[in-house]
Amino acid sequence: MNTVVHSGAEGFLHRFEGLRARLPGQRLDWVQALREAAAAQFRTAGFPTRRVEAWKYTDLRPVSDAAFDEALTILGDDVALPAPRGERRAVFVDGRFRAELSQLDDAGFAIGSLAEQLPRLEGRLGALARPAEEPLVALNTMLFEDGLLVTVPAGVAGGVLELRSLTSRSERPSAFHPRHLIRLEAGASLTLIEEASGPEDTRYLHNPVFEIELAEGAVLTHARIQREGVKGFQLGTVYARIESGATYDNFTLNAGARLVRNEIHAVLAGPKSACHMNGAQLLRDGQHADTTTVLDHAAPDCASRQTYKTVLSGKSRGVFQGKIHVHQVAQRTDGYQMNQALLLSPDAEIDSKPQLEIYADDVKCSHGATVGALDADQLFYLRARGIPEDKARSILVEAFLQEAIEGVTDETARAALESAVAGWWEKEAA
Amino acid sequence: MLRIEGLTAEVEGKPILKGIDLEVPAGEVHAIMGPNGSGKSTLSYVLAGREGYEVTGGSATLNGVDLLGMEPEERAAAGVFLAFQYPVELPGVGNANFLRTALNAIRRGKGESELDAMQFLKLARARLKELQMSEDMLKRGVNVGFSGGEKKRNEVLQMALLRPSLAILDETDSGLDIDALKIVADGVNALRAPDFSALVITHYQRLLDYIVPDKVHVLMQGRIVQTGGPELAKQLEASGYASVQAAA
Repeated sequence: MNTVVHSGAEGFLHRFEGLRARLPGQRLDWVQALREAAAAQFRTAGFPTRRVEAWKYTDLRPVSDAAFDEALTILGDDVALPAPRGERRAVFVDGRFRAELSQLDDAGFAIGSLAEQLPRLEGRLGALARPAEEPLVALNTMLFEDGLLVTVPAGVAGGVLELRSLTSRSERPSAFHPRHLIRLEAGASLTLIEEASGPEDTRYLHNPVFEIELAEGAVLTHARIQREGVKGFQLGTVYARIESGATYDNFTLNAGARLVRNEIHAVLAGPKSACHMNGAQLLRDGQHADTTTVLDHAAPDCASRQTYKTVLSGKSRGVFQGKIHVHQVAQRTDGYQMNQALLLSPDAEIDSKPQLEIYADDVKCSHGATVGALDADQLFYLRARGIPEDKARSILVEAFLQEAIEGVTDETARAALESAVAGWWEKEAA
Repeated sequence: MLRIEGLTAEVEGKPILKGIDLEVPAGEVHAIMGPNGSGKSTLSYVLAGREGYEVTGGSATLNGVDLLGMEPEERAAAGVFLAFQYPVELPGVGNANFLRTALNAIRRGKGESELDAMQFLKLARARLKELQMSEDMLKRGVNVGFSGGEKKRNEVLQMALLRPSLAILDETDSGLDIDALKIVADGVNALRAPDFSALVITHYQRLLDYIVPDKVHVLMQGRIVQTGGPELAKQLEASGYASVQAAA
């Protein structure tokens, strides 16, 4: 009976034992304490199974049954770096910041590697994340090695910042757990365009956690483009705290990975703050994508808008779970949530679970969900005007996504999303 | 010219067209009139190639080209244009983009060069002006939030841009007030040319006051039972379809 299983939760715990002396912050008591507590939580909880309500529709066994190594610290040249989208970009390879690939000069504010600044982050790292409630966040806390650290000072317009996450080609499955901390001080603004990609022939786990703090009147546009390799897994969790008058505008495009979970916990913490969470999931045969949002209206006079669209082809599966919690204090809440799926194949499946919990009495809150196929009348109308069937279908799919994408007001972010959608369709039609 | 011979078709196993013979020579406008359920719309859908309308016999050719074996988009490229009785709304699809995509698809089919956005806009503006339509129409979603009259005018605008050799107008007059009717009729009349023919399908004679047909055919129970000149439409208006039925 001395067989040691190194897959699943045990595998990660085993690696934590082996790595702990080498992980960043090993000489900082508070980091050690965070990691040890998270390890204990992860040891108790393990990977969530479908018996857990929040994971009813997403089976993590493809992840928990696999064995992952830590990402190699010495990298080959096996990374293709795409052209930058703007003037500034932070590049991460296998979860680690790569200064020589990044362009962060003269930003006028602090951007850089979380690992380098760790001694100054006590109280900030972990302020929003809740490892006790989310085992994957515990896993991240236990093993994080690096991440993006951004602080935009009060009143500064931060422009566009690109966050590139790349994965190197590898024979052995690797896992990385970056922790990204974004803070916008009062009245600051930033457009963060995040794009994650990886090779098509490498199995890996990308498990990022974002902690986003928006002070009074700050505006963050956060466009996330997930184009992980088809054998990759991304399990991401975003925590956002939105103070009075601030706006968090999140758009997430899920177009890659074998399995992805996009989980967002946003708290409208101050009066007259706003949260927009929009997204599109474009799924092909064999892919599984799960968007789960938890939105807390914890202050009066706040507005929230959520529009999620899922397009499914082949034997793919999409999940949307959206919970809106309107606290008693959150009078005059204006909340809206819409979730729509377009099934391009009879073998595709979508599960949708909206959930409203309202404890205030003066509230405007609505939600809806639709599932359908392409409309035969619309398709015929386009073809009767000479438009070939493939093109007609792509026009209708783009139109379906339009409502979600047009909500992204930042032009750079919207252009990035539109080109990612077009790229998906080109592959789909091929 | 459009030539239809012995055309039979069914919908969900139910025979609707029971042997249609019809010729519309190039340059002519023919009207097809008939009561509800006579097969008027089925004829237009069969010619345009809609799924679910199964041809069980006969033929239909346009300028010698077999239409029935082609996909809807191929028929459009071959010169067929169906003006829909109920134009379809396409939320999220901009009208300008839609019109340009359609025009370029047809031009490609004809071996002509595609128009860029500026060239298209110039052309579209000219057609809009002729049809007394506002340029706002280009900025909106296709037929989204359009009134009944605007939808029909948008059909005529498409027709004016695509310049088909055969236009099939399926109850284009339904839901139109008299002013809109005149604009639509003017749009069709403006296209009249030696290489253009039209099949105007209507329940009422009213539209034919403005688009004067060369011939009128009466369709009843899936067959053409009577053919005559424009005066036949007036006769039907006065005495109704029952008289034709009795005579047939």
